[in-house]
Amino acid sequence: MNDFKISRRNFVKSTAAGAAGLATLGLPTMASAAGLTIGIVYVGPRDDFGWNQAHAEAAKVLGTLPDVTVVEEESVPETIAVSKSMESMINLDDAKMIFATSFGYYKPFVLDLAAKKPDVQFRHAAPLWTDADPKNAGSYFGYLDQAHYVDGVAAGLSTTTNKLGFVAAKPIGTVLRNINSFLLGAKKVNPDATVQVIFTGEWSLPVREAEATNALVNADCDVITCHVDSPKVVIETAEGRGVKTCGHNASQAPLAPKGFITGAEYKWSTIYTGYAADLAAGKPLPNFIGAGFDKDFVQNTGYGAGASPAAIAAADAARAEVKAGKPIFAGPIMKQDGSVLVGAGKSLDNYDPMLDQTDFLIEGVVGSIT
Amino acid sequence: MADITDTAAPVTSDTVARLKRSAEFVVMPAAALLLSAILFSIFLLILGKSPVQFFELLWRGGFGTWFSWQNTFIRASPLMLTALCVAIPARLGMVVIGGEGALTMGGFAAAAIAIPMISWAPTFLLLGVMVIASAIAGGIWMGIVGAVRHYRGVNETISSLLLFYIAVSILNFFVEGALRDPSDPNKPSTMPIGKENMIGNIPGTDVHWGLIFGILLCIVLYFVMNRTTFGFAARITGGNLRAAQAQGLPVGKLILISCAIAGAAAGLAGFFEIAAIHGKANASLVAGYGFTGILVSFLARHNPLVIIPVAIFLGGIAASGGLIQRRMDLPDATVLVLQGLIFVILLVSETLYGRFAIFRLKEATS
Repeated sequence: MNDFKISRRNFVKSTAAGAAGLATLGLPTMASAAGLTIGIVYVGPRDDFGWNQAHAEAAKVLGTLPDVTVVEEESVPETIAVSKSMESMINLDDAKMIFATSFGYYKPFVLDLAAKKPDVQFRHAAPLWTDADPKNAGSYFGYLDQAHYVDGVAAGLSTTTNKLGFVAAKPIGTVLRNINSFLLGAKKVNPDATVQVIFTGEWSLPVREAEATNALVNADCDVITCHVDSPKVVIETAEGRGVKTCGHNASQAPLAPKGFITGAEYKWSTIYTGYAADLAAGKPLPNFIGAGFDKDFVQNTGYGAGASPAAIAAADAARAEVKAGKPIFAGPIMKQDGSVLVGAGKSLDNYDPMLDQTDFLIEGVVGSIT
Repeated sequence: MADITDTAAPVTSDTVARLKRSAEFVVMPAAALLLSAILFSIFLLILGKSPVQFFELLWRGGFGTWFSWQNTFIRASPLMLTALCVAIPARLGMVVIGGEGALTMGGFAAAAIAIPMISWAPTFLLLGVMVIASAIAGGIWMGIVGAVRHYRGVNETISSLLLFYIAVSILNFFVEGALRDPSDPNKPSTMPIGKENMIGNIPGTDVHWGLIFGILLCIVLYFVMNRTTFGFAARITGGNLRAAQAQGLPVGKLILISCAIAGAAAGLAGFFEIAAIHGKANASLVAGYGFTGILVSFLARHNPLVIIPVAIFLGGIAASGGLIQRRMDLPDATVLVLQGLIFVILLVSETLYGRFAIFRLKEATS
């Protein structure tokens, strides 16, 4: 609480600091006295227990590197505002590299600015870069469905009703893929498991997320997970209803001290420090990187009180298998409409491009896309 | 004033009265801004941050460099149009706060009508049709607000706000459904109008033509509201609805037309978002310009001419938000706190007009 006390000393200190800041404002490279300045833009608050927090935690790791200064802006909408925020980091803070962390930042904002600022490197957190795009732009991505698969394994051994609940934002490719992989993980250890899904329709809609969670619990689901920007509401609501939970994006373990099993988390720090190392070494940066457990791009949250020893053992084994390249989509797998996705005895590679275009749910998922 | 002669007295006192009254309109908002700044400084001190640095960064990020000015102008241009959506109905005594809905419908209509034309229409035809579609869509949207107010007595503040939610739902329904461009699997959007069809920037700047258009529309609507019989009738209606009716003014028509003009202005803001920035309609269209426009209009006391500098002022605050976040390690909500303080204090100051003797003439001279 000491920080919040106003004393004459604090006042003098802060105004003096202000005056000092004022005096140095003329220097354009104030924020980057030495080394490399990297700018990171977030679409929401940095403490959202979700997507933005996962990036912000990695930014902290990045900031601990010697000679790296990180400048951050949160809650920047996917409008001209993000273009100007990035440009401001370049013009006023002398940033040499920008991480744009929200999907809608890419087209047209990152692409246009990359063309305008050829000396600055831009990387965007979704698999969107193509050969036609500027060479100083690029994409990085973690295949989170691998971590959701491991969640599913743990969840499959934690349910007694065999009904798992999934609160999902929008029925788009990455979300559908996570749902499918979660079910495949559960089925691996519990062939009777089903996943009931409710789409809220928006990335962040706390009221509907709470309603969806309650509806799933009322429908006998006893393990709940989700794919929304900030899983806080889902996890807390489920914990309040006394069911178990699996997390998403960042660690929600502190939110559910009783029922938290594990969670699917990105590990952006691997990617960010990798770029910084390449820049420091003068190496050209890759335009497109994407990986899962194999390159430490995704991880599972540390097990919570909801994880049984059997679930922990099975989840650890499943993670090791995926890391070694064992396919998640091993046949026979049917789509919801009864058509064959993967035939018996066949399988899809974990990085099969077909899975990037996922526009279906598999058999065993209750709930429809439309 | 005691010494002035009889013949000169009427002229001089008239001028003085005018000056005094005008001074009130300048001094009061300025005092409100100053008070907001002082309260906000105290807020910063409680957080252990330096107000001096804050205002220095506010200046630098919003107005300190040519880049900052352009950043400010870009953010100001939609605010001018959405502020007009509040200011015009306000002259009739209506508090319309759902400009964001008209912006959404305008932008959506522009993007939707473009879809079948992109492949064949020349740029000027495409943009022309888009402009008209956005103005009509926004006009109808706010026209609904005026109509239910006049014919059914529904409160325009509530109805315009609720219509905003309906507008967002309509946008999402079509963008994620029938009008979705299948080539973009992850962010539902309409088909892009294409780079070659986008409205360019004012030469030598990063600022699109929406800024010039916004300024011109503010000037035009100032003359419409202050120098035409329509504007006069509208202001009479705002002053006293029953008196206006008793005078035989077409009150219903005035309400409908004013709301339609207001909605068209916000709809055009949507057009510029599509044609100058996004190139397609998606959820990013709903970015809050309509709501900030309310603040702009109230700060400008619903005077279209004053909207221009006020929009630039608030655009500057928004433009500097990022720099303040980065340099002072403050959350992004800081700038919103400042905006909110300004708004509340300004609304309170509205109630104080005419309360200070210094702005009044003595009884004898009036």
